[in-house]
Amino acid sequence: MSGKATGDFRSDLGRVRGLGSAKEGVHHWWMQRLSAIALVPLTIWFVASLVCHTGAGYDAVSAWLASPVIFGLMVLLIAATFYHAALGLQVIIEDYVHREAAKIAALLLMKFTCGVLALAAIVALLVIAFGR
Amino acid sequence: MASRERPLSPHLQVYRPQITSVLSILHRITGAALAAGTLLLVYWLVAIAGGPDTYDAAQSVIGSIIGRLLLFAWSWALFYHLANGIRHLFWDAGIGFELRTVTISGWTAVILSFALTLAAWIAGYGMRGDMP
Repeated sequence: MSGKATGDFRSDLGRVRGLGSAKEGVHHWWMQRLSAIALVPLTIWFVASLVCHTGAGYDAVSAWLASPVIFGLMVLLIAATFYHAALGLQVIIEDYVHREAAKIAALLLMKFTCGVLALAAIVALLVIAFGR
Repeated sequence: MASRERPLSPHLQVYRPQITSVLSILHRITGAALAAGTLLLVYWLVAIAGGPDTYDAAQSVIGSIIGRLLLFAWSWALFYHLANGIRHLFWDAGIGFELRTVTISGWTAVILSFALTLAAWIAGYGMRGDMP
């Protein structure tokens, strides 16, 4: 499987890295999968926890979220969720918005919104954990 | 940008819906819906950070009929996107491309999504101790 025989002009190292000329060819694809794998246990844990807290009062829920392990898991969940959402929405926008200006505007607005929502959630978690 | 009118190839609507294509677009639709659903998650966390009063207000919004219907729809979307996402991860690993396997895994994802949604809601109402 030498490069010359298959008509592949990349160097062996370049082929192994598989990053293409821009050095980030598979980055989006790979990050979408990594965040997806992270979200499998995080999501199951979060939904199960929500079910267990159905109808719980403020004291129980805030004490739960303020405990160190839960706080850490929630920050991971928020980070992975919004990263994964931004990557997925990016593909949807790129598929359906064809006018270049509108596409760039939609992408910027979407990424900004995801960033703001993630920040709001993490600030809220910090306030819950460390008090107002 | 070419402005000449060119003949267009037949698009999606000429094809009979199949389990593969329907589940594929459902994955995208549920993904977009879940991205919108993060608004509820952020609202819930910010409400808890705001204190008992804002938490109670959020709980009554989420606990209203419309709130519960939205939450039910979102929970199904989450379980579907989770189950079908795992199916995608297997494909990414190069596993399960035979037509028979694709059909079986597709229906498994659908059945699993409904079963998990029902289980979560039955467990949730069990926690509250007031089955509707």
